[in-house]
Amino acid sequence: MKGYDLLDLAVRNLRQSKLRNGLTTIGISVGVASLVAMLSLGVGLQQLATKRLAGSGMFDTVFVTSRQDFRGFDKEDDAKAPNPDRAPLLDEPARRNITKLPNVTEVEPEMRVMGEVSYNGVTHFGFVTGLPMSAKENEAFEALKGKFFSSNDANEIVILKDFAKELNPKDPDALLGQEITLRYGERQALSTDTSGRPGMAAQDNGSSGGPDDSYGFSVVRKTQAVKVIGLIEEEPYGGMRTVSRGRIFLPVGTMERLNMAQFTDMRSSLRGTGKNYMTLTVRVKNPGKVQSVQDAINQMGFRTFSVLDATKSLRRFFTVLDLFLGIFGSLALAVATLAIINTLVMAVLERRREIGVMKAIGASDGDVKKLFFTEAGAMGFFGGLLGIVLGFAIGKAINVGTGIYLQRHQLPAEPVWILPPWLIGAAIAFSILVSLVAGLYPASRAARLDPVQTLKYE
Amino acid sequence: MSSEANLRSRVAVRTESVCRHYRMGDSLIRAVDGISLDIEPGEFIALLGQSGSGKSTLLNLLAGLDRPTSGSVVVHGRDLASMSSEELARYRRNDVGMVFQAFHLIPSMKVTENVELPMRFAEVDRTERVDRVRESLERVGLAKRMEHRPSELSGGEQQRVSIARALVNRPSLLLADEPTGNLDSRTGEDILNLIRDVSLSLGMTVVMVTHERALAERFAQRFIFLADGKLQSQEVRA
Repeated sequence: MKGYDLLDLAVRNLRQSKLRNGLTTIGISVGVASLVAMLSLGVGLQQLATKRLAGSGMFDTVFVTSRQDFRGFDKEDDAKAPNPDRAPLLDEPARRNITKLPNVTEVEPEMRVMGEVSYNGVTHFGFVTGLPMSAKENEAFEALKGKFFSSNDANEIVILKDFAKELNPKDPDALLGQEITLRYGERQALSTDTSGRPGMAAQDNGSSGGPDDSYGFSVVRKTQAVKVIGLIEEEPYGGMRTVSRGRIFLPVGTMERLNMAQFTDMRSSLRGTGKNYMTLTVRVKNPGKVQSVQDAINQMGFRTFSVLDATKSLRRFFTVLDLFLGIFGSLALAVATLAIINTLVMAVLERRREIGVMKAIGASDGDVKKLFFTEAGAMGFFGGLLGIVLGFAIGKAINVGTGIYLQRHQLPAEPVWILPPWLIGAAIAFSILVSLVAGLYPASRAARLDPVQTLKYE
Repeated sequence: MSSEANLRSRVAVRTESVCRHYRMGDSLIRAVDGISLDIEPGEFIALLGQSGSGKSTLLNLLAGLDRPTSGSVVVHGRDLASMSSEELARYRRNDVGMVFQAFHLIPSMKVTENVELPMRFAEVDRTERVDRVRESLERVGLAKRMEHRPSELSGGEQQRVSIARALVNRPSLLLADEPTGNLDSRTGEDILNLIRDVSLSLGMTVVMVTHERALAERFAQRFIFLADGKLQSQEVRA
């Protein structure tokens, strides 16, 4: 039998018992809807999480640390470097080598220090962190009031709106363009006493990296006049990076030039290794190149971390979540499957005579089987279609509900439920598939009917 | 051509000691029990016998709806017993037309759709179907009732539709199982007239099961009497 005849007969048969087949189809659609709603929720949550991470501007970033540092956090990783003491240091030459790697656009250290600003004779404490010039593209600067740093070593600061309110509660915006005094601790090298020179602070504090301070250093109080040029609402990088957790933001180059002392500097004084970096942040041309840059830096003997690594475990988590959501969603579909089997078995019983007639006038067993299959498939198709619509409605309701909830908690509404196009196709295909499987038994039962028995005159 | 060869070529259907036995509980029912029979092309044959004599079972064997327990049913040189169920289905839709006592039309389908149904299984092109449905219905004199449903027709009309359906794939063998059993005697006569006319004009072989001997004698050329699944006697109309 040809395709259009099969379809025509199947639809005609389905319309013969509208109520029963309609109810079965609705049953399927409820199953599909619950599956779609659940899976879309999984997709939506995953996209939400991924979007947060992407907004953090970390997808094109590789974090580099020396294997000498951060030992014992990751045993697996530690095993890659059997002699961490002899691992290369993240020093100035290493930084230059990394900068030379292809696809690397920026290499900056992570710097975060304690500082104080005086304004109108009152001092305010705040963490000062260094931002690279690329931070301008971060979503936090979309709401920038004022300007971004004019250069990487400008004496300019951007501060958080909340901090500005602390400085000037009446008119925080008035701070823009004002010069204020920033107090910080400078790292000053001590000269070695082995050479006989006096153990006093060396005067050279010019270039980044500073003079050789492998013997030791002093932390000396310093002040620097800086100009407030910008106000931002939220911490950059979604507050997910060391350099973003602060209230006062300086160009990282300025911080290096001023040789600001960091907590982590203690460790180099322990080892006598002189100035080196705790963490270098490497920006890559595009997220697709992250892996190759990461590999190249690993080759140089350093430890690297990127959000790519984090998303790997995130993806694993969401796969498991999707699986569970899918299983819950499938329960309703399993019930719907039983409904299809029941409906079709009833149809076979009811249409015994008709099946016999069809066989007598030339239908093969295969034709009969295909006809019931097509009926099952058609119910699956329409159930799937209806289920998508229903699932879509449920999802919209979820979004509206969470939106209201988030707004009540003064949070921006975000869609947690997203119906991707592939899921529409997949749900209908799956619905048809499930229906066909459900049709297996009724169809073969119909095909096996003995026409002689069914046509006996009663 | 010798008379022997001439005879052989003139056999449309041949059964050779065909048996159809089945079990019912502990007992073995010999519904058809070793019947050998030659039917010539274009012949109109009546199978007569009491109910339970095996005439319907024999008809089902000829129709390829049932398989013989032993023996063979050879139609146009092919043994139905050795065919696969797919081949039997093809045989039924291309070579056989069936007419039943209870008409067996599909109630949800219009007259035209009922007549079209065998062509769906035979995969006849759709453009061709409309003409063939009309042609078939005209042949049985029902061209004006095409859009009706079976339930809106009289018994005689329904039987005409089922004959039109049996003819539509242009079979060479028309098998009728008590075609007049549900009709009054006048209508029954009309139906048999129709069957005889179409078989003559289309050159079809007709095998009809009936127990109305008087009626059969007016139409059939040969009468085959069955009893207990065995061929009891044959008569050729004078």
